[in-house]
Amino acid sequence: MILFYLAGSVFFASALIINRNMIANKVLVIGFLLLQIGYTGFIFMFQNVTEATYFTPDALAILMIATLTIIAIPTLLHRYDYVYKEQDTPSNKGLYYGAMVIFVMALTAGFLASHIAVTWIFVEITTLSASVLIFHRRNAGSIEATWKYIFVSSISLVLVFIGILLLSLSMGDQYQAGMQYDTLTRLAPTLNPFWLKLAFIFIFTGYTAKLGLIPMYTAGIDAKDKAPTPAAALFSSVLMNLGFVGIFRLYVIIAHSSILAWVNTIILITAFLSIFVATVYMMKVRNIKRMLAYSSIEHMGIVMIGIGIGGLGYYAAILQLILHSFVKSSLFLQVGHLYKTFKSKEIFAMGNYFKYNAPGAVFLLLAFIGIAAIPPSGLFVSEFYLIIALIKAHALIILIPLLLLLTIIIWAFGKNMFKILFVPPMNVDAQCMEKVNPYETLSHYLLLALVVYLGFFPPTTFVALIQTTIHSLSF
Amino acid sequence: MISILLIVFIISLLYFSIANRLMTYVKILALQGILLFGVAFIELIEINVINLIFILFETIVVKAVAIPLFMRYIIKKNKITREAQPYVPYFVSLILVTMIIVATFLIANYIRDTHLNKIYFIAALSALFSGLYFITTRRKIITHVICYVMIENGVFILSLAVGHNMPVLVNLGILLDVFVSVFLLGIFVNKVGDVIDEGDVTQLSKIKD
Repeated sequence: MILFYLAGSVFFASALIINRNMIANKVLVIGFLLLQIGYTGFIFMFQNVTEATYFTPDALAILMIATLTIIAIPTLLHRYDYVYKEQDTPSNKGLYYGAMVIFVMALTAGFLASHIAVTWIFVEITTLSASVLIFHRRNAGSIEATWKYIFVSSISLVLVFIGILLLSLSMGDQYQAGMQYDTLTRLAPTLNPFWLKLAFIFIFTGYTAKLGLIPMYTAGIDAKDKAPTPAAALFSSVLMNLGFVGIFRLYVIIAHSSILAWVNTIILITAFLSIFVATVYMMKVRNIKRMLAYSSIEHMGIVMIGIGIGGLGYYAAILQLILHSFVKSSLFLQVGHLYKTFKSKEIFAMGNYFKYNAPGAVFLLLAFIGIAAIPPSGLFVSEFYLIIALIKAHALIILIPLLLLLTIIIWAFGKNMFKILFVPPMNVDAQCMEKVNPYETLSHYLLLALVVYLGFFPPTTFVALIQTTIHSLSF
Repeated sequence: MISILLIVFIISLLYFSIANRLMTYVKILALQGILLFGVAFIELIEINVINLIFILFETIVVKAVAIPLFMRYIIKKNKITREAQPYVPYFVSLILVTMIIVATFLIANYIRDTHLNKIYFIAALSALFSGLYFITTRRKIITHVICYVMIENGVFILSLAVGHNMPVLVNLGILLDVFVSVFLLGIFVNKVGDVIDEGDVTQLSKIKD
């Protein structure tokens, strides 16, 4: 089935790239979405059944793929002029949709991969397709962003590859066993700690380019700024999840070895520094897309603090990761409407949004509550669990600065949001504003409602899947 | 024999640090490709024939011929100035690269592991760190790509060090190579050249907060 899914996606992608007809384009996109939904349903039914040697839908993969499928539906279905109108040639459009399809496929396969090198291959494919998406507008800005993204991502992937080589060295004489995650977890107590530590450093550093922590977060920020908004919505949610999965699968191996405490310290330091960097930039940033990108860095920092602290923190981390994906992707989709209305991404050029697009403005207000983790946002639940975990671990030295930084971030975020909603904009010509179709805001509301639902009334399957994932850390 | 090839490889890093023309850089890359061909041939002679042919083909055709020729084509087509224009004097680069090599030598001696062949480790790490150093000190975009390929060469050596155990990993390293040479170079450097003349990285610093 996985091979059928991969072949089907490649077929849809190539058909989209070749095709020049508008109606055929729509049909192909919907066809791919049906394939994606069908495959998600399939892995729900056949959990933990390994296919084609290298793909196993375990609990984490199912959670992530379900998240991806839900977010992919609005990002792919929104009308094309959501993406910049001036580029509306059929070939560009085909390339854009083709790259989107390949991107979603690579993410799905990357989540499923049960071999460390297979994950790496699919992360590489996401880099390729993402750079096509960033390059979409073909101007100086997008070239710069694409160049930086490809370069930083390639260097990061080289680091991950070195990490994989070092991991194979840590196996010593047991190299015939292969590098499946299961095998490595089983062998974990016998792995050479020195090489394992080195391997962790290289793989962690490499995947931070996708996850968005220091030191490699920079390229991702530019990418989210310059990519079309639906693509940016995917970059700042599910692509970061792929980076998380890459690190988490290695973390499961390490949880069974002797170096867990050392790794936790490193994760906590990096995560805390990332939140600090995000706070500093959030205070001075003037471009709304970059502000949202820095906010993603902050959330990923929170997720990794949950992983580093352990206990209830694991549950909080995975819940936070999934809920953040929904809030952030809906916010990015709304930025598309903001850009359409004000023709600018600069915050000082926006304002009085209630007057120009009331449904969007109400959404923005609710989404601010959602992202700031104020109840009834589901993120409140996950951050609350995280704080309990920090208190239980007696980690006040992290907790107090963390709360301070989060307060500053809420202030900075709120200041910009309320400026957009209520303060009159500078030099805006209301005559040349484009009207936004209010029904397009519906998908944003649905994503946001999902956050409340999953946070406060989580379905039992959802909780069971998260618990199975955490269970893999200890047994 | 392998030691001689790898030592020449390390010396080529020192030469890279003082070379001042782009074409010299490209020639060093070609030389490194030939050296890697020799190392791969001697090291992997026992593995499966088809796999071996694939790896050797990749080193000699892609690393030693195709990438250098393609670089030359890009330099000619975009009329990039022949000088490398580093930010720091060549002498400083030479000292620093020497220090990198000495440091990796000390690290490799510190590690005691029977599965690791020291000379591979030294060559690979030196190429990795010198490559990163060159990227930060050279001004042109094309030199960044050249240095990236050099880091790749280092990684290839490291994968050879574990290669007779796991030929799969060597093949993956090659995948990375093909990825770079086809994508990063082929499509992109041409596009950058169309929009930004001289291919200078200082022009790629407009996006900021």
